[in-house]
Amino acid sequence: MGSELYNVIWYALVGILLTGYAILDGFDLGTGALHLLARSDRDRRVFLNAIGPFWDGNQVWLVTGGGALFAAFPHVYATAFSGFYVAFILLLFMLIFRGVSIHVRSLRAGRAWRAFWDWAFSASSVIASLLIGVALGNVAWGVPIEAGFRYRGDLLQQIHPYSLLTGIMVVAVFMMHGAIYLVMKTEGDLNQRVRGWVRPCIIFFVLMYAVTTLATLLYLEHMAEPFRRQPLLFLVPALNVLAIANIPREMHLGREVRAFTSSAVAMALLLLLFGLGMFPELIHSRPDVANSLTAYNASSSPLTLKTMLVMAAIGMPLVIGYTIHIYRVFKGKVKLDSMSY
Amino acid sequence: MDMVLLSRIQFAVTIGFHYFYPPLSIGLGLVLVLMEGLYLRTRNPLYHQLTRFWVRIFGLIFAFGVGTGIVMEFEFGTNWSRYARFVGDIFGSPLAAEGIFAFFLESGFLAVLLFGWERVSPRLHFFSTVMVCLGAHFSAIWIIVANSWMQTPTAYRIVETAVGPRAEITSFWGAVLNPSTGDRLVHTLLGAWQAGAFFVISVAAYYLLKRRHEAFARASIRVALAVAAVASLGQLVSGHSNAVMVAEHQPAKLAAFEGIYETGASADLTIVGWVDEENRTVRGIKIPGLLSWLVGGGTDTVIRGLDEWPASDRPPVQLTFQSYHWMVAIGMVLIALAWGGALLAWRGQLFRWRWLLWIYVLAVLLPQAANQLGWAAAEVGRQPWIVYELMRTADATSDTVTAGQVLFSLILFTVIYLALFVVFIVLLDQKVRKGPLPEDLPPVAEVR
Repeated sequence: MGSELYNVIWYALVGILLTGYAILDGFDLGTGALHLLARSDRDRRVFLNAIGPFWDGNQVWLVTGGGALFAAFPHVYATAFSGFYVAFILLLFMLIFRGVSIHVRSLRAGRAWRAFWDWAFSASSVIASLLIGVALGNVAWGVPIEAGFRYRGDLLQQIHPYSLLTGIMVVAVFMMHGAIYLVMKTEGDLNQRVRGWVRPCIIFFVLMYAVTTLATLLYLEHMAEPFRRQPLLFLVPALNVLAIANIPREMHLGREVRAFTSSAVAMALLLLLFGLGMFPELIHSRPDVANSLTAYNASSSPLTLKTMLVMAAIGMPLVIGYTIHIYRVFKGKVKLDSMSY
Repeated sequence: MDMVLLSRIQFAVTIGFHYFYPPLSIGLGLVLVLMEGLYLRTRNPLYHQLTRFWVRIFGLIFAFGVGTGIVMEFEFGTNWSRYARFVGDIFGSPLAAEGIFAFFLESGFLAVLLFGWERVSPRLHFFSTVMVCLGAHFSAIWIIVANSWMQTPTAYRIVETAVGPRAEITSFWGAVLNPSTGDRLVHTLLGAWQAGAFFVISVAAYYLLKRRHEAFARASIRVALAVAAVASLGQLVSGHSNAVMVAEHQPAKLAAFEGIYETGASADLTIVGWVDEENRTVRGIKIPGLLSWLVGGGTDTVIRGLDEWPASDRPPVQLTFQSYHWMVAIGMVLIALAWGGALLAWRGQLFRWRWLLWIYVLAVLLPQAANQLGWAAAEVGRQPWIVYELMRTADATSDTVTAGQVLFSLILFTVIYLALFVVFIVLLDQKVRKGPLPEDLPPVAEVR
């Protein structure tokens, strides 16, 4: 196996970890974004407990993704997190703050107390999703990288129309994903209301998806280039559109588990689309394209990539196996009991 | 203030707050395996109640460990980007391995532990407990591997790349099994067991003082005391082995541990003391020649003094010395508490005196303090190096991040970590006050 193949494989594996994170933490961040729409205290508790056994474990995907990025592409890890310093610190802060709100919300019965933490949980979920999208938008749009992969980032320069667009799109896709998840987890009257949220969420996402795609094709030639060179790749956006179209269909037929799966597949294909457009770049440099960080110039040595691949080959099937098993153990509707938030 | 100092303070604050939780998870994880194992063996409903109560506490601790831990995974990139570039080829793998082999295992099975009592069989539940405990231990293994490589780097070569020199790995197992990994892993795990065991003892002693849940509390104390006794005595052996290892591989650190300035045989061991850095001496109670004897088995063993290194290559002596000595002192107290407690429990007298129970309530702070002090001694004692004799801490920070940005994040993290800590204490207090519940007893069908 040529050593460059390892770089390609690790590019894909980092993408898979990011996808795992998006699909899993996506539904609990989306639940957070929808949280305030639930009016009664009991409904909000049902929402919190719908993500109760999972939200913590879902963040493990982010942590592992960070570790894998460090191991496989240390320059990307170094450039991105130091360059997006303030944005990233805010993201970490929001994720921790969100955890605090989940834990303390139901500690006291006071109306103001619960209202405050409900608001905190929802706002931190939205801001965290937005920041993830803004970061992805910047990585694609390009940032001014100097020689030696040095990037002096500035939060205000990182917020521009394109990155805001991707930011809002991530919020939208998580909201859609979260809404379908909540349909699976709720029952009775609440279930009927949550069902009603799914369609507006899908429309919101499809709009953002269309506008972002248009902007990408218009302004980001390097993202469109791979598709121009290899028209077969158009299969991916085609499948993506089919997966998205299947979501309302399954909802209409009352098969919400399938709708959720469709939504997960749509997210995975969306990220695949992103990865295909970016490849082999991991951070695009603008204006000096030569300084872009790629799977080849920003990676660890072949020996490390190979060792890590062995680890991933042993570990990831186990992880996926028992993750599926655990979700099976907890399938079904939420019941509030003494262990609940 | 400069960016390097601020980044160091931020790392100390974030890791210090974080490291309150992992030792508890590791130690309590082991205690849980023992408790649930005892239940499956004896089918005594009391052990079922024990397990269920302590699982709830474990869940809380784990959640806060993850919450505070997310920052740690990314801080090498945000604040130490030059370090990340230089060592990423070696240092990144154990962090990724921790995620793949430890976190997923722990977090996945924890869901079963917490919420699966009615959904899985008792055996599968026990299996999940073992997996969670293993996950917590695996986590320690990979972190110690990473940190030990910083202490005693091996199996690497320096390679010139287009963007500067970096350390590349020459053998994965060579780097994993560097000279300090084994000793430091045992030391860390035993420290974690002590933290978990004394935590259980503390809560249980509190119940005894309040005369609540007494049978539950006595059983908790018995299991935890067994762990504490083994771990505390083991720590004596492990501590000694670590000192010998440090003397061989990081002599400047050992010299700072003991405040030795001049190289020579018959070096003294200080019991308590104060380093007079100006006059290059230590004032305090010393045992002549004991350090040489402990390190080499005879008073003729030569101990290298700090004078052998230029001032720019020496660690801060006072801080290293005091952290190390207080850690050792606490270690001795813990041995007395664990074995004294075990002896009294065996003779049925442990639960008699209120003042003694109060000591065990407060003793929860001791292993925590010793763990923090031990890490301070290990990390400060390695200075001025971030990777021993390979890269200086001052050259490791992110050169594209400003002091102002770090001040901003330091304030933000300090605030949120303090808030987290307060919330943790409130939630813990709530769970402890609630105590073991009637539904923590096994369903009737399970009791023989």
